[in-house]
Amino acid sequence: MVREITLGQFMPGKSVIHRLDARTKIVLMISYIVFIFLCKNFISLLIMSLFSLLVIMMTRISFMKYLKSLRVILVVIILTGVMNVFYGTGDVLFQWWQLTITTGGITNAIFVIVRISMLMMVSSVLTYTTSPTDLTDGLERLMKPLTLFHVKVHEIAMMMTIALRFIPVLLEETDKIMNAQKARGADMENGSIVQRVKALIPVLIPLFVSAFRRAGDLATAMECRCYNGGKNRTRMKVLLFTAVDLTALLFCLIIFSGVIVSNCFFGSFATV
Amino acid sequence: MKEFIKIDNVYFKYDENDDSDIFALNGINLTIGKGEFIAVVGHNGCGKSTLAKHLNSLYLPTTGDVYVDGINTKDDDRLFEIRKKVGLVLQNPDNQIVAGIVEEDVAFGCENLGIPSDEIRKRVDNALKAVDMYEYRTHSPDKLSGGQKQRVAIAGIIAMEPECIVLDEPTAMLDPQGREEVMSTITRLNKEIGITIVLITHYMEEAAAAGRVVVMDKGNVLLSGKPKEVFSQVELLKRHRLDVPQATELIYKLKNCGCNVPDCVLTEEECAEAVFKLLKEKTSASLSYSQVRKRVK
Repeated sequence: MVREITLGQFMPGKSVIHRLDARTKIVLMISYIVFIFLCKNFISLLIMSLFSLLVIMMTRISFMKYLKSLRVILVVIILTGVMNVFYGTGDVLFQWWQLTITTGGITNAIFVIVRISMLMMVSSVLTYTTSPTDLTDGLERLMKPLTLFHVKVHEIAMMMTIALRFIPVLLEETDKIMNAQKARGADMENGSIVQRVKALIPVLIPLFVSAFRRAGDLATAMECRCYNGGKNRTRMKVLLFTAVDLTALLFCLIIFSGVIVSNCFFGSFATV
Repeated sequence: MKEFIKIDNVYFKYDENDDSDIFALNGINLTIGKGEFIAVVGHNGCGKSTLAKHLNSLYLPTTGDVYVDGINTKDDDRLFEIRKKVGLVLQNPDNQIVAGIVEEDVAFGCENLGIPSDEIRKRVDNALKAVDMYEYRTHSPDKLSGGQKQRVAIAGIIAMEPECIVLDEPTAMLDPQGREEVMSTITRLNKEIGITIVLITHYMEEAAAAGRVVVMDKGNVLLSGKPKEVFSQVELLKRHRLDVPQATELIYKLKNCGCNVPDCVLTEEECAEAVFKLLKEKTSASLSYSQVRKRVK
């Protein structure tokens, strides 16, 4: 069960998107999130959706992988979609008891569903095409100015590297502990919510203990390899801002301005 | 042989405030020569791992000194110099891999040392080739088998170009195939590149492959010598709750029964040959051992 989570899974490749500088991808990703929430009418939404599909195709990673990433948040998508149908203004289409379906509600629901799914798939583009080290390295470089305010940027980036590295390890460990507890007769599937939460305690305690033990080992291993914080550290892969990155930035700039232009000229439909 | 590590009358206690006379290391003296392959054996709690952590100044002796290539491990200013010379590989391969991609993990040590990027690239490629993991360089470590992960961990140390690698039970968590992979990697590194190897292990078969075996007991050296010299003292080892390789034990028992066999054998091959000779004496077979060996294969 726990192994199906594809969070932070890097798939090596040689596509243009893979070759982009991690910093470019992070900046574009953040602006993408802003702009997909700025889409106020169907034309801008269409522009963004086509753009997302184009990017997904350019990664040369099978579309199924992206759909899989959606499956994890399927419940969230459906739930927010359904909620939005009932919260809207406009012409009433259907009314029963307290529930009213309006044209505005349906428009909102479509917007929310498309936005969340695109958001999820495009974030997957970032994690699928960027190696964890590049990703955290990119973040470290982008956050560099914060060192002026005494933020420990290198330490934060290192913690993220380690967290990403140990997600699969700890998931596997959880699986093992759960099986071990089941073999001892623990019942995790039945009973009330309270009972089931209580049944998780014998899973969480060994998990924490082992996580601390692993942390101790890892610290020893890092010390053995002369780790001394960010001071005088070099990198094997130096992030390089190239012409490809510039092209990508300009291209996205055009797309994003398209969204603003369409918002100005074609009015706004969505109220969310 | 040039002296590389010198352990001079080292006592070590985990808890400084503990007043009892029980030491994890109990006045140990040992010298390790450059390019040597030594195996350290002993039962649980005899101080093997504690000793390993003294070799690259993770632990400092309570009294006594450890010298690595002439540098005292207590010399704080030269800490990184020592750790660059002596690399340590731990038991659980999962817990010593830092990055999410094989080659980036191997580069970790070099990055810490501040080596220029193109030089790191070269070293990482060479290290991965040395442990035969080059084709997995862009893989994620959690998709690899235990033996492969441990070889990646070894590559991470090799990339730092150490003169000595200390391995603290590197095969304890591996299946037989992984154990074999790791052992052949270690032996090759010792023979081809001349890296000094200190292998701490529970498996006597692995210890038999070393150039010298050091048997530890109660924080001190009980026996030290060539594998044959050490494993021929079956009685003494048994008294200290230690095993000898199965092949050695079989021949030892045959010898005790008055059979005409060599004094001490280490490998299964030697054992088979000895048993064959013994059987041949009793029967009138005319084949030689190598002929039979070929047929069996």
